[in-house]
Amino acid sequence: MAAPATQLSGPAALSAFSRPARSLWGDAWHQFRRHRLAMAGLVSLIFLVVATLLGPYVWTVSTSEIDFTQSLLGPGFAHPFGTDDLGRDLLARAMSGGRVSIAVGVSAVLLAITLGTTIGSLAGYFGKLDNPLMRLTDVFLSLPVLPLLLVIIYLFKDTLRQLFGAEAGVFIMIVSVIGILNWMPVARLVRASFLSLKQKEFVEAARAIGDPDMRIIIKHILPNVLSPVLVAATIGVGNAILTESTLSFLGLGFPPDVPTWGRLLFDAQNYLDFAPHWALFPGLCIFVTVLSINFIGDGLRDALDPRKSS
Amino acid sequence: MEVSELRTYILRRVVYAIPTLLGISVIVFLITHLSPGDPVRLYTFGALNVTEEDIQALRAHYGLDQPLPIQYIDWLLKAVRGDFGSSLQYNRPALGLLLERTPNTLILAFAALALQLVIGVPLGVLAALKRGTWIDGVVRVIGVVGHAIPAFWIGLLLILAVSVSLRFLPSQGVLTVGKDVWDIGDRARHLIMPAFVLALAGIANYSRYLRTETLDVINQDYIRTAHSKGLRARTVMYVHALRNALIPMVTALGGLLAALVSGALVIEQVFTWPGVGQFTYAAARSKDYPVIMAGVMVASVLLVLSYLIRDIAYAMVDPRIKVP
Repeated sequence: MAAPATQLSGPAALSAFSRPARSLWGDAWHQFRRHRLAMAGLVSLIFLVVATLLGPYVWTVSTSEIDFTQSLLGPGFAHPFGTDDLGRDLLARAMSGGRVSIAVGVSAVLLAITLGTTIGSLAGYFGKLDNPLMRLTDVFLSLPVLPLLLVIIYLFKDTLRQLFGAEAGVFIMIVSVIGILNWMPVARLVRASFLSLKQKEFVEAARAIGDPDMRIIIKHILPNVLSPVLVAATIGVGNAILTESTLSFLGLGFPPDVPTWGRLLFDAQNYLDFAPHWALFPGLCIFVTVLSINFIGDGLRDALDPRKSS
Repeated sequence: MEVSELRTYILRRVVYAIPTLLGISVIVFLITHLSPGDPVRLYTFGALNVTEEDIQALRAHYGLDQPLPIQYIDWLLKAVRGDFGSSLQYNRPALGLLLERTPNTLILAFAALALQLVIGVPLGVLAALKRGTWIDGVVRVIGVVGHAIPAFWIGLLLILAVSVSLRFLPSQGVLTVGKDVWDIGDRARHLIMPAFVLALAGIANYSRYLRTETLDVINQDYIRTAHSKGLRARTVMYVHALRNALIPMVTALGGLLAALVSGALVIEQVFTWPGVGQFTYAAARSKDYPVIMAGVMVASVLLVLSYLIRDIAYAMVDPRIKVP
């Protein structure tokens, strides 16, 4: 890459110096755009999000209308994804359920990074808190996530349902359990960055002019930790969507009237031999969504890595 | 690392594991005991001739009338001796019921681990050696896809293709009904699909990991030195490069064991594999507290142990590691 640069001369060399100002994020976007897979991921993710948000207004077939004459139909013009045992249109269901799947993924990660960043910054900044908080992180890392999730959900489902209603109750519960069991990697990441950053001159300078600890943490150190957290969060959304689909597939997630992709697979598994399409499309939706998100995460990692941009 | 240093290190790790396990036990205990719904009322629900006195007597019998801290200490003291109480459903010791199903889960997990190593490691090394070719491309795709695909979905698709359509492999259980218990062939036919599905994420992981590691190592100075002093490419690869590329694998092993413990639960469910995960799942559905708690604790102990073994193995393999 360096070879052509040395051949620049005259006006070309001058223009290299007079380019417009670039910001960190502008640079990152420039870098990101050159990552073909990441761009493909971004495009397909935007398509999926738009499809789940706006799709139901375009494809106005009912998600709940039962018609036994249309049951277990394969994909066709009237029903692109086919129908289920009650003759409900699976495309409409996949779109309305997908909205919930994606919302769960994003909310759970927001919770996880909030927890992780808070605990990580406190542990990294205040030496006294480091040991106890890292022990706590170890405890959570050693929890067997799936068995525990299933226990929590089985035991608390009914109460939350009574408190917040069927949909909101399950949503809150699933988001909180996924969030509470996934903050640890972010906490470790943030702590490690804090440990090295708090030794830097700019932190010393901030302390010298009398900034209180909280201001130093939030205004001076945290912005520097943002990019690795952003990468971790992106990959985290994909994992959270997978976890939600696993829970729903085990029958622990949303009730049947909220057809998240995992829930559709749970319903489909008893009809594998008569209606393979039923299991095919929701799984494909999960796969493509998570794949897109992971590609975007890879692209972000490369784009935000200061060592890679030249 | 010196032997005495190593011993201190191991001792320190073992001592660290104790508060971790205690912490886990508190969490597990609180979750199960603070949850709404009284197991005694659940199990006597609808039963005739059960008076309020009977319910109170049952609560006293299971110690459910004591204050929480007392219940916890009581439970913990028994639990460390392997006594998790009797299953409310089967009226037999919970740990015993779980241990009966442990071999099935272990067989599944180790078969998956073996597949991960046998498939994932060579794929990663191959990709690094053939960097930029189509082989590299295929391996990278496997690495990415294996991470994004829901394992249970692949399980369903495999059942559909291999069991339903081709009628080639059985889709559930460990043994065909009526076959001899020692029919290894039949067992293997049952094992192959669930083990492969469970191994999938790990195969993706290992291939990615080893590709990066190998690329890292083959660009090191000592590899160039080995080449320049005239060693055969093969010798450089196997004697110098691979040995060093494999070191960090030990670290990956711990995380993968964790994934296996968790992942096995879903795969056992998909393939109706009668293991610990499936049993714990069934126990959670029927609020069988002793079995739930024993199940989660057994899984946690396995996890903590695998992390411990990982850390110790890492310290022994890599002489550069510092004792913290």
